Amino acid sequence: MHNPQLNAKGELQHLLTLDGLPRAILEQILDIAEPFTEVAEREVKKLPLLRGKSVFNVFFENSTRTRTTFEIAAKRLSADVINLNVATSSTNKGETLLDTIDNLCAMGADMFVVRHASSGAPYLIAEHLQATGREHISVVNAGDGRHAHPTQGLLDMYTIRHYKKDFTNLTVAVVGDVLHSRVARSEIAALTTLGVPEVRVIGPKTLLPTDLERMGVRVFHDMREGLKGVDVVMMLRLQNERMQGALLPSSQEYFKVWGLTPEKLALAKPDAIVLHPGPMNRGVEIDSAVADGQNAVILPQVTFGIAVRMAVMSMLAGGK
Amino acid sequence: MPNLIPDAEVLCEQLAAKIAEQLTADSVLIGVHTGGVWLAERLHAMLGISEPLGTLDVAFYRDDYSSRGLHARPRKSEIPFDIDDRPVILVDDVLYTGRTTRAALNELFDYGRPGRVELAVLVDRGERQLPIAPTYCAHTLTEPLPAGSRLRLVRDDAGVLSLRLLDA
Repeated sequence: MHNPQLNAKGELQHLLTLDGLPRAILEQILDIAEPFTEVAEREVKKLPLLRGKSVFNVFFENSTRTRTTFEIAAKRLSADVINLNVATSSTNKGETLLDTIDNLCAMGADMFVVRHASSGAPYLIAEHLQATGREHISVVNAGDGRHAHPTQGLLDMYTIRHYKKDFTNLTVAVVGDVLHSRVARSEIAALTTLGVPEVRVIGPKTLLPTDLERMGVRVFHDMREGLKGVDVVMMLRLQNERMQGALLPSSQEYFKVWGLTPEKLALAKPDAIVLHPGPMNRGVEIDSAVADGQNAVILPQVTFGIAVRMAVMSMLAGGK
Repeated sequence: MPNLIPDAEVLCEQLAAKIAEQLTADSVLIGVHTGGVWLAERLHAMLGISEPLGTLDVAFYRDDYSSRGLHARPRKSEIPFDIDDRPVILVDDVLYTGRTTRAALNELFDYGRPGRVELAVLVDRGERQLPIAPTYCAHTLTEPLPAGSRLRLVRDDAGVLSLRLLDA
């Protein structure tokens, strides 16, 4: 099957989704990310790999953390970084997505980092570049609708590998609002590809998609049951802004049943790690005692995220 | 046969002796991955240097990145000491075009401003493409090796070092 993310030689050309990406490529990204973590400790926190390249952060939907970490990653690689908040710009004046992209190409873009509320928007851009003979310009999906958030999935995998070393003996639970979560989709795809033998998904029926079992996961509607003996707990943010209609009684009610408290975490293995993609809703999906507790690796996730994004960008920009 | 591939273990002893003559108390060693690190580990022990060994992987500084991309799995560079104003001895197994040394120098200066940088190599195979010369060298090849061939340091399971000529 044609994978638009890979070039004819099987190398990464765009990063659009983790679904269908070969294990070797996932492992290569994690391997390359490792030496990048050391750059933050140097006097000069810069590498020359993307010198002279222009990276455009094109965010059709607001995000602070993801945009900032992409910006830091590109700057540590010596790229010129241009941030566009298209949410407040020309599309509001009626310009189409591809016209915006063509204009930015005319300004000399080498790479697009795209966040869009519609699933598939980064695909559309990648195919457009391909169809118009601009294969040298890469697209990184920084989150599209409910579809995928591949760099978040990758940094979660990096974090798990950092603390647990080996994927093939783990039980991992993904907890919360899977229905609205592009992060969950990327996480499940990556965990499965990397050989995690048991992926559990835990959440209320109204917030889980109906086709979950087809993704090869075990579904739990009882949090206590699902957390028993797990090595890794991956919390999801309750997506208030994506929620339409009464899927939940109230956030207090949600916390009571689905919030990760120390008492529920105690059912997992004693050395279990707790991840959260941020921004956290304390007292909604996660108790402060857990968020600030010794099992939480939420801040290291942010730091690793920079190295993982550096790895992706340097794999895309080289060898052309 | 104009170029006999010499015994790496013997060269290692000779290189250590040459460095020892000039060594100062605050000198530090930094090996360039992969062969240079094996060699530097030996020299570090033979010369009795008190600071730990530093290592550099120049993958992120290579000048062929834009044409070739990132290939082999890069390792972490680790310089566990302050290099400002210190005499630094860069260690590599084979000096050839000089491009690896150029990359290593660039990377080194992102860690600080060394007082002096010297270059120690086991073998100089000539055919430089940059104005770089070794400070300490155990063996210089008299004839150019076939273009595209690679001269590499290898280490066997027992830790014994040897030089291998690999065809293009």
